[in-house]
Amino acid sequence: MIRRRQMLATTAAATLAMPAIVERANAQSTFDWKQFKGQSIEVNYQLSPRGDVAKANLKAFEELTGMKVGFEQIPEQQQRPKVAMEMATGHPSFDVVNVGMHVQKRLIERAKWMEDLRPFLADKSLTAPDYDFDDFSKPSMAVATAPDGKLNVIPLNQDLFIVFWNKELFAQKGLQAPPKTLDEMMTMAHQLTDASKGIYGFVGRGLKNANMTFWDDVLLKWDQETVTPDGKTLLTDTPAAIEAATWYQKIMRECAPPGVIGFNWNECQTTFMQGRAAIWWDGIGFSAPLLDPQKSKVVGKVGFAPDPAGKVRNCATFIDGIGIPATAKNKKQAWLFVQWVTGKTMMNEQLRSGSGTPARLSCYAQQDVLKGSAFPPEWFETTEVSLKMARSGLPVIVPVTEFRDTIGAAVTNLIAGADPATELKKATAVFQPVLDKSNEG
Amino acid sequence: MSMTTAINVPIISGPRAYGRRYWVFAVPAAAVVLVVILFPWLFTLYMSVHDWKVTGDTPYVGLANYAKMLSDERFLYAVVRTLYFTAASVVAPLILGVWAAVCFASKFRLRGLARTLFVLPMMATPVAISLVWTMMFHPQLGVLNYLLTSVGLPPSTWVYDASTVIPTLVMVETWQWTPLVMLIVLGGIASLPTDPYEAAILDGASAWQMFRHITLPLVWPFIMVAAVIRLIDALKTFDTIYVITLGGPGTASETINILLYQTAFAYYDLGYGSAMVVVFFVLILLISLLLLRIRQREDLR
Repeated sequence: MIRRRQMLATTAAATLAMPAIVERANAQSTFDWKQFKGQSIEVNYQLSPRGDVAKANLKAFEELTGMKVGFEQIPEQQQRPKVAMEMATGHPSFDVVNVGMHVQKRLIERAKWMEDLRPFLADKSLTAPDYDFDDFSKPSMAVATAPDGKLNVIPLNQDLFIVFWNKELFAQKGLQAPPKTLDEMMTMAHQLTDASKGIYGFVGRGLKNANMTFWDDVLLKWDQETVTPDGKTLLTDTPAAIEAATWYQKIMRECAPPGVIGFNWNECQTTFMQGRAAIWWDGIGFSAPLLDPQKSKVVGKVGFAPDPAGKVRNCATFIDGIGIPATAKNKKQAWLFVQWVTGKTMMNEQLRSGSGTPARLSCYAQQDVLKGSAFPPEWFETTEVSLKMARSGLPVIVPVTEFRDTIGAAVTNLIAGADPATELKKATAVFQPVLDKSNEG
Repeated sequence: MSMTTAINVPIISGPRAYGRRYWVFAVPAAAVVLVVILFPWLFTLYMSVHDWKVTGDTPYVGLANYAKMLSDERFLYAVVRTLYFTAASVVAPLILGVWAAVCFASKFRLRGLARTLFVLPMMATPVAISLVWTMMFHPQLGVLNYLLTSVGLPPSTWVYDASTVIPTLVMVETWQWTPLVMLIVLGGIASLPTDPYEAAILDGASAWQMFRHITLPLVWPFIMVAAVIRLIDALKTFDTIYVITLGGPGTASETINILLYQTAFAYYDLGYGSAMVVVFFVLILLISLLLLRIRQREDLR
């Protein structure tokens, strides 16, 4: 009897252990892109050149894996709330999601919405041996990783603020080189402005919320962030902040086109592409259309330069990533997409096509990528210089959108002529309690 | 089974039993109302007394969200702006709509075609037309400023200035919804008897006198209907403002609708957002009741 029972137990144990053995066998086998052939995933991107370049190459992914991809791109102002609401319900309609880490880093960490990607990376059956995860830049990994070490996303893009300048308009005023300092930029912008001809020396974001990336970048020149490193106290009404706001007010009121108060990057881009503004200060990710003869009147006249220096030399960087919701239905399948889109091939393509500046460092060392690009060497030099001096823009707090709206509205009011010190003090007083509350729980 | 009895029984037990059994037919509609209107409403009320964020706990806070509104400058300005925007976007289409209706009531060549062209804006999707307007408003590259400057007028800043943004939005609203007022009032004019006009012409009344003393009083009920519809629509306006200005420049065109959307879905403060919805609902209810009351009193007269 005992023997029989023992035998039964052994068989049962063996049967139970079977799947585990099979799984291990798989783990030891080589990585296979086609392992989920015939299955499908849903991907959600913000509307941006990063989404465009992924979409344009989707067929390559579908051929590589034999999977089907449902692809959705939504303007970021709608994408963020949509994603947050779907995550909060626990039933997201997507398996892969693009997250603007400069806005939602703390939110996704606090809410625990994302799947930890470390186990996928460690699993040899799921990650290709040539993925080279160590290739990502340090600042981008710092943003992607939570304080507890959890890897929420893979960095997709490291946008850098740079200066676009119109060489033809500069030459008309006898100017040869882009501004190197804030003071020089202010003088040049005045020199280049000719309102009677509809030509303006400068254009930049004036629209509430959107303007905070630009103003923050200006403020960085005073060697100051918007919030203390612990994320608890606003620094938006300090003497440096008021000086930065005054600089912003002056250039926007005296050298920018009328209506700039309502301009987001796309209105600025249009104005610059039509040859109506001599200097445009914004994200490098918006470069590609400037060189497209179908859209731009300034092809061949665009110069690219790193941010001008203030008290210190730096530039703001805004990092976005791509990851998998913790409640997604097809996580392993989703990982294949994340891995493909952040892999070397796609990151090189993103750089080559001017759709963004990848956080993968190896891309910049590849001469064939640089040579195959429509961008001038000047663009790559600007990227290289900027990457080295990049500092994180926008505060790492939970209520980033409300911060951008509240302080942003004050900064917008400056263009209408309000007093910088009064506006900033008032907005800071309004937002500090919101920040305090978000830090409570 | 219950369905069969419900249908069969009344036939046997005579006409009076029908009334008692009719509720069966109301059940689907009632269920829909319960699920998509009543439940969300009660849940909104529930959320409005909680500190409801998308992350973490949702503690009960009583009326704190409502109290916050009273000292929230941004909210109070939004209320004022909502009333200003609504008043302007009710009055302008009403005046223009009545005028258009009187014009279209008279007979002239190609009247059918002119009427069709006139009602076209109403047929368009608000988001689509808002995007087109946004392009036209661009201060340097928009067609509107091109037209203004080509006839020698100074360019306008349209939605790109705090002082002109609301009038410009009212213009879009008026452009789109004047046809609706026109159609309602035109229907009213068509139903009027002709003899008062014949008598007036015999007495030598001018066109203005006939309009002021015959047409206007007789179509007044129709105008009031148009006013109530327009009022509720204007208060609710979201798409046009959201697409064209997103409440800007700064917060210069931020109405309650925009603010509560931002609060709930951009700041993820669902509790406060819900409290705003409740206040907004009460506001719409009060204004609508007031207008209906005025109408009833006039009917009695």
